[in-house]
Amino acid sequence: MLRVFVRLRPAAIAAGLVLGLIGSSGALAADAARGKILFTQKYGCYECHGTQGQGSPVTGPKLAPNPLPYDTLSAFIRSSNGPMPPFREAILPTADLQDIYAYLQSIPPAPDYKTIPLLNNK
Amino acid sequence: MARRNSKSPDVSRRKFLAGAAVAGATIATPPVADAAAPPVAAEKIPTVQRPTAQQIAAETELPKVDSPLGGRAGSDFMVDVIKSLGIEYCYANPASSYRGIHESLINYGKNTMPEFITCMHEESSIAMAHGFFKVSGKPQLVLCHGVVGLMHGTMSIYNAWCDRAPVIVMGGTDLDAANRPPGVPTIHSGQDINALVRDFTKWDDTPVSLAHFAQSFVRAYKFAMTPPYEPVMLALDAELQEMAVQERERDHLVIPKYTSPSPPQADVAALRETAKFLVSAERPVIVADRVARTPEGMKHLVELAELLQAPVVNLRGRMNFPNSHHLSQPPGQLYNQADLILGLEVGDFWNVVNAFTDNADNEGLGLQRRRAKVDAKLITINSVELNQKSNYQDFQRFQPVDINMVGDAEASLPSLIEAVKSAINAEHKAAYEKRGEAFKKAKAAANERAMQAAAVGWDASPIATARVAAELWGAVKDNDWALVAASNGSSGWPERFFKIDRHYQWIGGSGGAGQGYGIPAAVGAAHAHKAFGRLAVAIVGDGDSMYAPGALWTAARHQIPLLAIVHNNRGYHQEVMHVQRLSNRRNRVANNGRDFGPVGTRIENPNIDYAALAKSMGVQAFGPVSDPNELGPTLKKAVQVAKAGEPVLIDAVMQPR
Repeated sequence: MLRVFVRLRPAAIAAGLVLGLIGSSGALAADAARGKILFTQKYGCYECHGTQGQGSPVTGPKLAPNPLPYDTLSAFIRSSNGPMPPFREAILPTADLQDIYAYLQSIPPAPDYKTIPLLNNK
Repeated sequence: MARRNSKSPDVSRRKFLAGAAVAGATIATPPVADAAAPPVAAEKIPTVQRPTAQQIAAETELPKVDSPLGGRAGSDFMVDVIKSLGIEYCYANPASSYRGIHESLINYGKNTMPEFITCMHEESSIAMAHGFFKVSGKPQLVLCHGVVGLMHGTMSIYNAWCDRAPVIVMGGTDLDAANRPPGVPTIHSGQDINALVRDFTKWDDTPVSLAHFAQSFVRAYKFAMTPPYEPVMLALDAELQEMAVQERERDHLVIPKYTSPSPPQADVAALRETAKFLVSAERPVIVADRVARTPEGMKHLVELAELLQAPVVNLRGRMNFPNSHHLSQPPGQLYNQADLILGLEVGDFWNVVNAFTDNADNEGLGLQRRRAKVDAKLITINSVELNQKSNYQDFQRFQPVDINMVGDAEASLPSLIEAVKSAINAEHKAAYEKRGEAFKKAKAAANERAMQAAAVGWDASPIATARVAAELWGAVKDNDWALVAASNGSSGWPERFFKIDRHYQWIGGSGGAGQGYGIPAAVGAAHAHKAFGRLAVAIVGDGDSMYAPGALWTAARHQIPLLAIVHNNRGYHQEVMHVQRLSNRRNRVANNGRDFGPVGTRIENPNIDYAALAKSMGVQAFGPVSDPNELGPTLKKAVQVAKAGEPVLIDAVMQPR
């Protein structure tokens, strides 16, 4: 029952990166607010990646801030054969994926950990 | 059984209940005043009859003084046996089938050594004893109803079994089918109650005399404390508890002397061969799971690792290795690149040598591949192979190895260290120094990456797991603390922030991954820490907490200081992800119903108020806390409560993982 999810395989991400270099962004006109709702309430993205896409060392990599290029991310999401299941068009329409991507893009950069006292607590 | 030979005048339960049965039978007899009256036709019998003379007497007269038990109570002797082993606590939910020994423990035994700790569920009793052992190294007693209580306790016994933790479980039962009270006491008795847990206990017995009990209890204790440690079970006949010591036994009852068993060491020749391979390996990796039974085990492992400057992957079944040591390393690429992997008390060595991905490959069975190099030397030391059973699959997949040493790893380390020292030359030392420097750099870089990762989502609400771990560390680090539980859902953040370098500061997980372990085991561990004045802290799962929340009441009742944070992600999150995964694999949108995750996996609508739950049981509590900036001040208050000797709980609304 308690089967542990493991992190995304680096090889899979690398494959996605290659695809991303030859793709183009289609997310610019998307709705970040709607994307947040889809990310956190409909498609279960937050389950492994956190509500702000911060990721977890155990369940899934960081998605934001500074998400991978849209086409890279999209290619991986559509065809993942790693611990993350694929989200095909029938499950996650492109319009929704674009909104989710807009949400990820809207997440502000993280502070430098050196500015947070608790992260410098030896 | 023994009862049939008893010559003692008795006020035994049999007689007492038989008397009650006779009294009950009189209800159906005609009233004395009407004895001479002509019989009444059945259809004219009134629905309410006047009470009989016997009933009136029973209700109004002072009870006769019971005749004293004809000699010393059998269960008093049992208490002497238990005391001989220095057992401090008896964790138990009360039950009639063990009332004989219960009475003896609290009256004859004066409720000390062991002290009766009132528990609200047998799953909690056993988990508390489990947690207590992992801090103290001392097995404790659990009493339960032999059938229904034991049924409640099975999951916790299985956890203790998988976690190699000794617990002495005794279940009351009434063996004499011809004379035991009818009704519930009979339903709560069994022919062989131990059968229920025989697959996951090391040894069990059903003593039929007091002398037999003495031998079996000491034997059970000895078996439980011989590595691999495991739970043991004794069935305790109600009659044997309640009867007086028989004349023929009176002058011959002996409590056997207990001598602590020497743990089994691995074969010396195999250890020497292993040392040669270790010394000459270029990329050795030591994988440690349940190695350090005692602080000595940790010291030995540090010595071995430092001699070789070999990385240790601590699977954290126990506190094996200080996490701030430069040789404490995550698996990363170590397994893939190793030319030698030494597995010490590893529960699942297959999963070290190989990798499994839960995907659609292999017709949905998932991707399985070897990650260790084909020519990597694989060596194991494991005591569990001394004691295996076939039904439950805690032995994991079969992994062929090159050297398979059956023995206790902690007991074997000194000989291995000596053999390694003998085999190392100056050339080796130079190479090891270089290796160690590389791991120092890798450690520093990994720490920096971890801190930067923790900064992402720092101000998120629900609160990030990294933030909770950092805040908790900040709140306790200047105290003598111990982390008694860290839920799987914390993504390993507590282990990244807490500087865990003492044996008592970490106790591993549940073993069997059965829900309901978190709070009771944390309470048991905190109970052991209480004697040392340590600040015990825990992060427990929300779903897990609802299996046995009554353990909080036990903590309040017995003033067991514990600071518990409930990781409230409002879901059975592991299952949230599993159903999501299968939905996608089948190309279907997961049906979330009215929740934030697949139907059947979420704990919301309504949300549970864990703070209110704790308060209802006398535990101070805060929350729900969902603002990350409120967490620090709340923790400060909670630390003060725990330091004052009381349990305290914080309901923290947190990220899923």
